Amino acid sequence: MGRVIEGRPLVAGEAAGEVLATDEPLSFWGGYDPGTGEFIDRRHPLSGQMGAGKVLVIPSTRGSSTTSAVLLEAIRAETAPAAILTAGADTFLALASIVADEMYRRPLPIIALSESDFATIRTGDSVRVEADGRILVEPRR
Amino acid sequence: MAVPTTLNVSGVDAHGWRQWAVPAEWAEKAHRQMVAYQGMGCVPSWTCAPYQTEKRPSFGEQVAWGESSAIVFANSVLGARTERYPDFLDICAAITGRVPAAGLHLTENRAGRVLVRLSGVSEPLQQADDFYPVLGHWVGKVVHERVPVLDGLQVKPSEDQLKALGAAMASSGAVALFHIVGVTPEAPSLDTAFQGREPQEIVDVTMHGLRAARRDLTTAEGEQLDMVVLGSPHFSLTEFRNLVPLVQGKRRHRDVKFLITSSRGVRMLAERAGLVEPLRDFGGEITVDTCILTSPMLPPEIKVLMTNSAKYAYYTPGLLDRRMAFGSLKDCVQSAVAGRVIRDDSLWDA
Repeated sequence: MGRVIEGRPLVAGEAAGEVLATDEPLSFWGGYDPGTGEFIDRRHPLSGQMGAGKVLVIPSTRGSSTTSAVLLEAIRAETAPAAILTAGADTFLALASIVADEMYRRPLPIIALSESDFATIRTGDSVRVEADGRILVEPRR
Repeated sequence: MAVPTTLNVSGVDAHGWRQWAVPAEWAEKAHRQMVAYQGMGCVPSWTCAPYQTEKRPSFGEQVAWGESSAIVFANSVLGARTERYPDFLDICAAITGRVPAAGLHLTENRAGRVLVRLSGVSEPLQQADDFYPVLGHWVGKVVHERVPVLDGLQVKPSEDQLKALGAAMASSGAVALFHIVGVTPEAPSLDTAFQGREPQEIVDVTMHGLRAARRDLTTAEGEQLDMVVLGSPHFSLTEFRNLVPLVQGKRRHRDVKFLITSSRGVRMLAERAGLVEPLRDFGGEITVDTCILTSPMLPPEIKVLMTNSAKYAYYTPGLLDRRMAFGSLKDCVQSAVAGRVIRDDSLWDA
């Protein structure tokens, strides 16, 4: 059976997809190829995976200030994840989504979760993100 | 712009890009961006290290900086106050002259969170230039975004060593401010650095951890070497001064390129100081306004690089799909001469 998590939408929106989850923060600059949607930080556990259309679950960003620009470009190129869930608020991701809304009318749902809820979502789960920030989680079988 | 605004790197070396593999279409777009920013009244500094040529913010001054390595330098070394600003928000701050009263702009958020104790690291290693990027790489991974306070350093690091330390922490982690007890301006004592509070966590830096961090910065295997690249963050005048005696009277191997990435401001100063000619005699080249990570300048035959920069070492494998060896400045020069990766491990094995 699925369960419901109450998230705080930094940028609200609806999305659904399979989860790609990690405990390791990510810099999108040097960590995500907006041309292909591949995770390219070779020291990161997600290295080599593809993020397009997935619901990305990461604790926060790290590294470069250009993370926002890379995510924006991925949204434009349609290689971005379907939504991003973080442990606490991440301004870099929220900003990219706000600018994507302004420039392309294509905001990406960015939802802040509590640390404890964050820890319950695992790679392979199916989730639906609702406009009010509720997350419906169907665990991987 | 409502406030004085300097510019980070561009996508091209405005005058030198044709010597490299930069596509003309890319250069044209980068040029348009450069013209647009200048038209808005920005200072055409085109550097990730504006604090080394432009007017510096003073202690306690409120600024809004992008560029992770410059943010951590401004907060930690200068004691200016900036939050970590991403692309787009930085230019909004420049236009409006306003930022939210939040994060590292506020005194209480500048207190140390994690005490990082240094023990068992020899003084000669603490003086070595390759110690700081390695230490920063380790600390960034451990503390993530929390403010670290380093205690137990027996030497006084140079400004360029602090620059390398911060850039490394801001690559492996999201560190925007660090304190070093007795060194950085907001840490005259341990108690001041923590603003009288207890550390959230105490971690010990050991030689074991540092050796692992040093190994982690190298993704190249074997001795093959195609290029040495120095200058992330951009090479300073002092770094030019330190490099020249190492290259004088020598010549790089014909199969190994030797590149320094810097700002046009520093290159001009280096030229005036007579530091550029000995580098050219060595076979070195200088690129300004940009770097290998922000301009598609490397030809495909360059596959294995060597650097003394943790930031270059961190990002090159992913961004450029090339391998990188990490070493000291001296290791880099010796390797360029020999035509293969050479490293002196003596300080690290001791």
